[in-house]
Amino acid sequence: MQPANLLLLTIVLSMVAYGLGYARSRSLAMPMGGIRHLKSLPFYYGARAALWCGIPALLVLGLWAAFQGKVIQTLIIGSLPQEMLPASEGEASLLLSKISNVASGSLPPGFAEAPIVEAAERLKALREQSRMFMTTLVVSVSVLAGFLGWLRVRPALNARTQVESILKWLFFACAALAILTTIGIIFSVAFETFRFFQKIPFTEFIFGSQWSPQTALRADQVAAQGAFGMIPLFTGTLLISAIAMLVAVPVGLLSAIYLSEYANKKVRGVVKPLLEMLAGIPTVVYGFFAALTVAPFISNFAASLGIDASSQSALAAGGVMGIMIIPFVSSLSDDVINAVPQTLRDGSLALGATQSETMKKVIFPAALPGIMGGVLLAVSRAIGETMIVVMAAGLAANLTANPLETVTTVTVQIVTLLTGDQEFDSAKTLAAFALGAMLFLATLLLNVVALKIVRKYREQYD
Amino acid sequence: MNTMNPTIAKEADHQEIEAGTPVREQPEETIIEEGKTVGEPFADNAKFKLRDVNVSYGDTRAIKNISLDVAKNEVIAFIGPSGCGKSTFLRCLNRMNDSIEICKVTGSLQLDDQDIYDRRRDVVELRARVGMVFQKPNPFPKSIYDNVAYGPRIHGLANRKSDLDDIVENSLRKAGLWSEVKDRLDATATGMSGGQQQRLCIARAIAVSPEVILMDEPCSALDPIATARVEELMAEMSESYTIVIVTHSMQQAARVSNRTAYFHLGHLVEVNETNKVFTSPEHELTESYITGRFG
Repeated sequence: MQPANLLLLTIVLSMVAYGLGYARSRSLAMPMGGIRHLKSLPFYYGARAALWCGIPALLVLGLWAAFQGKVIQTLIIGSLPQEMLPASEGEASLLLSKISNVASGSLPPGFAEAPIVEAAERLKALREQSRMFMTTLVVSVSVLAGFLGWLRVRPALNARTQVESILKWLFFACAALAILTTIGIIFSVAFETFRFFQKIPFTEFIFGSQWSPQTALRADQVAAQGAFGMIPLFTGTLLISAIAMLVAVPVGLLSAIYLSEYANKKVRGVVKPLLEMLAGIPTVVYGFFAALTVAPFISNFAASLGIDASSQSALAAGGVMGIMIIPFVSSLSDDVINAVPQTLRDGSLALGATQSETMKKVIFPAALPGIMGGVLLAVSRAIGETMIVVMAAGLAANLTANPLETVTTVTVQIVTLLTGDQEFDSAKTLAAFALGAMLFLATLLLNVVALKIVRKYREQYD
Repeated sequence: MNTMNPTIAKEADHQEIEAGTPVREQPEETIIEEGKTVGEPFADNAKFKLRDVNVSYGDTRAIKNISLDVAKNEVIAFIGPSGCGKSTFLRCLNRMNDSIEICKVTGSLQLDDQDIYDRRRDVVELRARVGMVFQKPNPFPKSIYDNVAYGPRIHGLANRKSDLDDIVENSLRKAGLWSEVKDRLDATATGMSGGQQQRLCIARAIAVSPEVILMDEPCSALDPIATARVEELMAEMSESYTIVIVTHSMQQAARVSNRTAYFHLGHLVEVNETNKVFTSPEHELTESYITGRFG
């Protein structure tokens, strides 16, 4: 049976175990005078039986699925005749893929050597066996454990504490999964980054002001010597993010203040969902809006003033990105401002403060930590945004602070470095990982600093 | 028991009769006549002159045709069962009901013969003259100094830093808080005890030198010792301010006020000298309330 089907079967068996456990606890309780004589509610006895039935079986299934491939490979390689034994790891994997191709029928047996065809036959048989073993094992484990769990349902048994402690571990496992994923990402990026710095010196990457990652792919190819200085990319990112924040923070914050303090219920009911709709527009739509509408408008406008502006500019990308981010700032700030207790507003108004004084001097300071949180989220959104920049700001890595020129950002370069046919150990590809690592460090630093600031200036209420 | 409805009170009596306890019949007059208040609701030297005041939230009438004078430099207590409208009425006096969209106030409300609800009335000036202390202490999440200085800064009462320092010190002294906080004026106000926070709120209200101070159950969140301090403070303040206090504690009303007004279901039932209200109330409902039959 396929692992997926087996998984389904285990779930069905667990459900059966639940029903049986539930029924048994009830039937045990009834002669005693009702379920209040049980230590736990019938639900918990059922859940306990289901967990007994499901968890060991799933563990067996998981372990088997994880290791069967490796074990079978070792067996196949070991059974090959002496003269065909692979010398290196690469050869071994080549050989194995050939064998499995023959086994699956995508490579006709006539094209392969006899030992390979034999090995393929063995592979098929082994796979069949493994599957059968696995099915038997999983089903018997689940039935056996489920039966044990069912058998041990007794009125004196406190099933609730057991179920709850198992669930607690389950929740912990879910939390751990997120953390483990993060750690995994960090390690994979760090490893490739390390390889990149073996090819390109660290100082050249950090302090270099030239970015042109085109290197020769073959020895005879004519190409520029690649330059990997990240400064133009980071200044580009900073420039575009700064423009975006200049648009998003004032507009978002003021609209949040309007919505939470001044707008009446009707206006708020219409405007807030509309504003939040901005967040639902795909970035690629913003991208072509920026590239086809805003960027030409800016360059024409600049030209009419006699200023030189390229058709793709940081201003266009940053401005449109800012519009995209407005709902983040406004929605979060609105929630935070609403969370400031009404008693503080009353206190200020009762002293004769006007609404705007109350806003400025009492509500805004009290809401500031939350507002900062919203702004930070917006900043990381701006730094990570790629699509708008690709379409509206261009790909040229100019080191400039002029918002009318075309610039590029870290994320855009990562995309261009990793798309298309690539060789995965060239400096060009590895540079993407180094950029990713730097970006990760930068946002991490930003978060830490912001957290410090927020802690320091937080005004506690309640 | 929290019965506001006379018919329910009647039922309770009925049960007592069944239990064998002889109890007086509830007279028919307990059905209150709208706009009719027994006792002496009017005063000669009125600070607030309130006539035929009605307040409604949407379709619900919260205040029904109340007329009352609040005299200069008196302490008047509003008592009554929960939901009888005493807080709503109090909040009309400095227009704190304005922020509630569905709240509608009609009638004539005058402070020193000027209409409070006049369209051209500057609510900022009104609230500077009529301060308010709330049920739950609500210091701003700022330093103690900034809390007291908040009002004077808004109204531009101090030209120099030293003037502001004087105002803060005086207000804290009047609120009996100076000796406790003079060494930590920069500490955040939310770290103080509940009683201190409430006295800080009183100091904050005093700092803008109002003429009237409204207090909405100022001691309900405080322990007995802190309550005693706040009550002492009220006695001292009554020399220079007009105080209107809403309270659930009849002992408190008896201790601090000159006059007491009894509210019932949005009606103003009786207003009299505090002594008279608590020793020989004129109205049946007042008597039932202060003897603890309901409320």
